[in-house]
Amino acid sequence: MGKYILKRIGYMLITLFIIATFSFILMKMLPGSPLTAEEKVTEAQREIILEKYGLNDPIPVQYVRYLGNLAQGDLGVSFQMKNQPVTDILMSRAPISAELGFWALIVGTTFGMLLGLIAAIRQNSWMDYGSNIISVIGISIPSFIFAGLLQYYIGVQLGWLPIAFWGTPQQAIMPVIALAIFPMAISARFLRTEMIEVLGSDYIVTAKAKGVSKFAIIFKHGLRNALIPLITVMGPMAVSLMTGTLVIEKIFSIPGIGEQFVNSVTTNDFSIIMGTTLFFAFLFIVIILIIDILYGIIDPRIRLAGGKD
Amino acid sequence: MRKSNWLLLVFGLVLTVFLAACSGGDDTSSDGGEGTEDSAPEQVLNILESAQIPTMDSAQATDAVAFQFLGETMEGLYRLDENAQPIPAIAAGEPEISEDGTEWTIQLRDDAVWSNGEPVVAADFVFAWRRAVDPQTGSEYGPFMMNGVLKNAEAVNKGEVPVEELGVEAVSDTELKITLEKPVPYFHSLLTFGTYLPLNEAFVTEKGEDYALNSDNLLYNGPFKLTEWDPTGENPEQWTLVKNADYWDAESVKLEKINVSVVKETSTAVNLYNTDEVDRAGLSAEYVEKYAGSEDYKSLPEPTLFYLKLNQSNEALANQNIRKAIAMSIGKQDLVDVILANGSIPATGAVPKDFTTHPETGEDFREINGDLITEDKEAAKDFWAKGLEELGVDSVELGYLGGDSDVALEMDAYIKDQLEENLEGLTVEVVSVPFEERISRNEKGEYDIQNSGWGPDYLDPNTWLEMWTSTSPYMTNNYNNEEYDSLIAEANNELLTDPVKRYENFLEAEKVLMEDAAIAPLYQRSRAYLWRPSVKGVIFNPMGADFTYKHAYIEE
Repeated sequence: MGKYILKRIGYMLITLFIIATFSFILMKMLPGSPLTAEEKVTEAQREIILEKYGLNDPIPVQYVRYLGNLAQGDLGVSFQMKNQPVTDILMSRAPISAELGFWALIVGTTFGMLLGLIAAIRQNSWMDYGSNIISVIGISIPSFIFAGLLQYYIGVQLGWLPIAFWGTPQQAIMPVIALAIFPMAISARFLRTEMIEVLGSDYIVTAKAKGVSKFAIIFKHGLRNALIPLITVMGPMAVSLMTGTLVIEKIFSIPGIGEQFVNSVTTNDFSIIMGTTLFFAFLFIVIILIIDILYGIIDPRIRLAGGKD
Repeated sequence: MRKSNWLLLVFGLVLTVFLAACSGGDDTSSDGGEGTEDSAPEQVLNILESAQIPTMDSAQATDAVAFQFLGETMEGLYRLDENAQPIPAIAAGEPEISEDGTEWTIQLRDDAVWSNGEPVVAADFVFAWRRAVDPQTGSEYGPFMMNGVLKNAEAVNKGEVPVEELGVEAVSDTELKITLEKPVPYFHSLLTFGTYLPLNEAFVTEKGEDYALNSDNLLYNGPFKLTEWDPTGENPEQWTLVKNADYWDAESVKLEKINVSVVKETSTAVNLYNTDEVDRAGLSAEYVEKYAGSEDYKSLPEPTLFYLKLNQSNEALANQNIRKAIAMSIGKQDLVDVILANGSIPATGAVPKDFTTHPETGEDFREINGDLITEDKEAAKDFWAKGLEELGVDSVELGYLGGDSDVALEMDAYIKDQLEENLEGLTVEVVSVPFEERISRNEKGEYDIQNSGWGPDYLDPNTWLEMWTSTSPYMTNNYNNEEYDSLIAEANNELLTDPVKRYENFLEAEKVLMEDAAIAPLYQRSRAYLWRPSVKGVIFNPMGADFTYKHAYIEE
């Protein structure tokens, strides 16, 4: 296992390097400069500023310099947020998005699995139909509609919860719910389908015949096998939830990383684009690694390090 | 068996933790602002901004939010009063101007201090202005606001002469001598602008790279002090202004505190306003209809103009009749009423309404020159027919470069429709691109028609008119009229010391520009707000900081 993880980390560094190179080239192909008053500053004045920040150098030179700084852990400073270090911006905003995404993932999958499980066990009953309807609604209605409805009815009309902002647990409830709807619907659907298939398989019939308790059949024999496909989709979902959701963050005025990233692209804030891209890529690779390790734990038939043992 | 139980246990635990977190008792911050005392109202203002403060460094600031909070926390030589006239601030009185208009001597008041107790002295201005044009600072607005105005600014910015050569000098602690490149009639209003704010050299040098990164690394000399502002802190999108007790005019400042939060979504802002959590919310078009009649609704006109740039490198657009036809065929009233719906008004010239007045009669520029290009579809058709005849064609195809925001898409579709409907044989190909791309194509002149806009940089018609001269770097539409060029050149040279004649030159120049239909004016923007009626004394400025809260207060 240790050897396997080491090897994966090696691949990870190579992947990051490739991502850094490609994003750098793509980013430099964007039109315009990172100046904030671009329509006003004349060309001559702009040249002076670009010269100062080394943005007039040939792109390969800029690339090597960027990689050099990156190797020393220096992500540079933002252009839009004048001179704020990119690392500090990431460190202040990413945890907020991650916290929001984490709770949405936990709440969503917990309730989703519950719904899926009930639906599978009570197949074709009103509970199954109910759970299906909830899933379809959750998948087809975008989260910002839920967010808007929650904000208006629970925040404004009933006044039960704060309308916006971030910091207290109360403020987190509505955005978490709005964001959790989608993972809930997805996991309910996946689990229902898988569970029905697993519960119909031969070894479950055998277990039933042996007189294994219903609880053990569902949780020990059923759920464990039905979880694999769910875990596969959960990885990317976890990353997308935890790296900031533009819409939910905007509606609830949560100072996360989602909008910062989009803004940096539209304003050519090179160091922020690179910093967030690499950060997201890193997170994605780490989560994929965790998922792969989880496979082995959940299903011992999957051997990670190749069948030497 | 054991493993699956373990899994269940984990889920159970997580669920418990979450529920515990939800019902959590440590609510310390959510119940602020609900004053229950029924005597005098608390002097606290709660407002929203649509973006965070990108920088509090006056040399680096370029946008509305930065200038807003620089304006509240710092003070320059002059500030704008409610009639947009510069009044003394750190300056003790009006400037003494030499005969030829190039030497300004300003006495400073001796009771102004920085928030660390040090006096605000003439050297603070010298330091700040030198820093703004120093190429090492990399400032955008420094050279933009100072080149061609302060003596040697351009040479300093290009690195040709040392910063000490810049035309500003501290004669004593309370006397500042400014040398200009040429007499600049609007220099008085420039001195109210954020880029011309003073800086305490010792403090800025000591902080170095950290200067202005958060509210702890700033010094203030204005009506308010910034607190809890940290763009890389725990709450990067909320900050507070508190009354600055050391401000020289602290007596006039009535507000104790201003709480600011960033809200980008209009519906959220409206919800916060309706639950009394904030005293001001910006409105987008879809909300205007709902609130237009209420006493909370305010539409504040801005001196920001939008127009179509007609690029004369295109053969058809080089024809004056074709340009006139385009300029007159767009239903501008419908555009502002239906698509923008925020109180914007149709633009009929190249200078906005309520911006500058005639130095003698006090009449508004727009009032004197009247409506130069109005919507007239019949006339447009005649011009169009004449133009086509002159060109010897019966159909014209034009590219149209526009923005990619929701409003821009809607507006550009409407304009395309208007043009094609009213001008037979015209095909308009709309290309919608992000802002950066539009700016880049604008500079290269890669467009036929472009939907574009401009905000003023100082209170003078020149800020609107100089950019259409053939030598201006902003004039990318290949307009070239010698008469126009010479009128503007005269206004900026010989007539600099004759304000009345100069103003008349601008009036004349605008007529020439509009007769040529070099641009097709579309609308002058307004912004719609919900403002708590109990908030009084806020000044709305045509340039620099949008609002002045110095004299604001909450009425019972």
